[in-house]
Amino acid sequence: MRITGAQAVMKSLEALGVDTVFGYPGGAILPAYDPMIEAGFEHVLVRHEQGAVHMAEGYAQATGRVGVCIVTSGPAATNLVTGLADALMDSVPVLAITGQVATTAIGSDAFQEADVTGITMPITKHNELVYSAERVPEAIKEAFHVARSGRPGPVLVDIPKDVLNDTMEWAWNDDVDLPGYRPTVRGHGKMIREAIDLVAAAERPVIYAGGGLARAGAGDELRAFAERLQLPVVTTLMARGVFPETHELAVGMPGMHGHYAAVKAFQESDLLITLGARFDDRVTGKLDDFAPHARVVHVDVDPAEIGKNRAVDVPIVGDVKVVLGQILKVLDDKDAKGTLAALTPDTADWRRRIAELKRDHPLRVDQPETGVLKPQTAITGIYQEWGDDAVYVAGVGQHQMWAAQLIPYTRARQWINSGGLGTMGFAVPAAIGAKAGVGRDTPVVAIDGDGCFQMTFQELATAVQHDIPVTFCVINNGYLGMVRQWQHLFYDDRLSHVALPQDLPDLMKLADAYGIPGFRVEAVEDLATTLTKAHAITDQPVLVELRVDPDEMVFPMIPSGASNDEILETADEWHARVAAQQA
Amino acid sequence: MSDRHILSVLVENRPGVLTRIAGMFARRNYNIHSLAVGPTDDLKISRLTIVVGAEAVQLEQIIKQLNKLVHVLKILELEESEAVEREMQLVKVTAPASTRSQIIEIAEVFRAKIVDVDHDSITIEAAGNPGKLEALLDLLEPYGIREMVRSGTIALSRGTRAITDGSKFRMRRVV
Repeated sequence: MRITGAQAVMKSLEALGVDTVFGYPGGAILPAYDPMIEAGFEHVLVRHEQGAVHMAEGYAQATGRVGVCIVTSGPAATNLVTGLADALMDSVPVLAITGQVATTAIGSDAFQEADVTGITMPITKHNELVYSAERVPEAIKEAFHVARSGRPGPVLVDIPKDVLNDTMEWAWNDDVDLPGYRPTVRGHGKMIREAIDLVAAAERPVIYAGGGLARAGAGDELRAFAERLQLPVVTTLMARGVFPETHELAVGMPGMHGHYAAVKAFQESDLLITLGARFDDRVTGKLDDFAPHARVVHVDVDPAEIGKNRAVDVPIVGDVKVVLGQILKVLDDKDAKGTLAALTPDTADWRRRIAELKRDHPLRVDQPETGVLKPQTAITGIYQEWGDDAVYVAGVGQHQMWAAQLIPYTRARQWINSGGLGTMGFAVPAAIGAKAGVGRDTPVVAIDGDGCFQMTFQELATAVQHDIPVTFCVINNGYLGMVRQWQHLFYDDRLSHVALPQDLPDLMKLADAYGIPGFRVEAVEDLATTLTKAHAITDQPVLVELRVDPDEMVFPMIPSGASNDEILETADEWHARVAAQQA
Repeated sequence: MSDRHILSVLVENRPGVLTRIAGMFARRNYNIHSLAVGPTDDLKISRLTIVVGAEAVQLEQIIKQLNKLVHVLKILELEESEAVEREMQLVKVTAPASTRSQIIEIAEVFRAKIVDVDHDSITIEAAGNPGKLEALLDLLEPYGIREMVRSGTIALSRGTRAITDGSKFRMRRVV
């Protein structure tokens, strides 16, 4: 059957089981939008291409499937850059299809031409400029495979307009042959035994659970492993939920704004069992002082992460779900032989110590009973209203840190945020993508800041037009809160260009303009009742504005570049430290 | 301290593969001393010889990051003592009749070839390890070097071993 390259794009996506694509049409991609009218998947028309790629990310993070976006050449493709970089940092499987000027025009500075494969080379896992219609199915199939296998990531396929218009003989098979791409899945048996021996010998072991566990869908294996050997679990920003925060072995979140007990658990540990995590600078603080007494087992599907930042005692390359399965198998075998006890570290004292740290260093907020609403109270209130069923999607900044600290996530993919790249504006489109993925029965709540919201709120129109009922909660403190916090603490409270007037725009009028219900909370006593009203609306998008105390800061905090031992629980501690240094 | 290491890299012969590799080095702040690329006996596969300056931990990262590139098929580090390495150099030396025979003599000692002669200059082609080429340049310097060009290092391991040994893919000679 002879079809066009454009038709081949549609058939390839259908063959790969794609049910939703997020896109925006334009010149070079026009040929693909014609057969899309009959295609067997939904197309969500965004309002800005950045929205398309963040929606694809949100979809992918919520479902575990590849998120797909499709846009035209030049400015449309360059508008994907932020989202592709975001997806690379956070290992999100995304397929981006871009139109390109005709092969005969490439290199001539044609209208809407940009070297998109060149521009996106350092921010994609892989990309390809397709030179012939025959190549289309292979290119898309390979891109899909690379995006979702090994360490997931974004892959871009750039297709010139004449290639889309040209015809080819349609043929499809599911095989992928990439001789230079064969990710290791199973861990090395000897390394696994060595890791188990290190765990058995440890006195203060901690599982350092990273986002790789979420991507691998390894929550059950993690829980079985932790429970079997009674190992405390610290979950990073990217891993919130892969281990239930309500579990007695859960320690909390590490890092710059992590829980005190989790930060200290690393510092005092003698063994980090690192699973799909990457010793990011926001977790380690000053690298030389990070977990100074700990030996390290490191499991990662990406060999380049092992030994990149921290020397490792036992490296295991493999899919963390498979590797945990292998470890559990060894433990089962030992159990059957009655020798499991010899492999079980005695962590009772250590767990008591961690319980003490948790008890003595809880998160604190001074919430008056009436009047001013603290942002922490607002976020806790959102959780109390929507509960464990909802998926929570955050932007970047203070609200993100509070949402990560305060909500006791209980399952992977329940928490979606932009971790590595720290992309403001992520929440609105990512929440729309997530909701498109999880469907009617699972509520999706965006917890956004007023700065972030204004970067991408044009996608409210997308949610309305495509009937994607997300609840958008804007924590409005009238400032770029995190930047203000740094200026207050580290620049002597000299606030420089961080004020965003709370009334600009008037979010209730904005909700009106988009034809959706809007709710505003200004005082703590109104919080619960207003959220309940907003929650009652499940058949259309809702905008909730929570006007909060602008002076509130995120603690604990480890100043940038400082050792994790220098963790601060209040601003007063910092001011006292500065005063002592000046004296 | 950054030591000199020679990496031999087989890649799929695809558009942009060199950019991917060079871009990865630049982006991650790795140091390339030289890079030579050419076809192999399989038209679909090219072979790069990359000389890098890196200490041990960074070298491991370089190899791992190279391996992540989808079009990179195989990477082999060639130990200097276990490899034959060559560079090629073309040198155009000022050579009036008065000094011409001396220059030719020097070239012969280095088993270099005279590839072009003009009234006032001689162009010499020399191949060898970097040390030998440096020595030749030193000796030619006093006569006046008008211009020179040098290739990156290419290298193969000594003995019977080949880079494709134990690989899942096969090199296919396509004529």
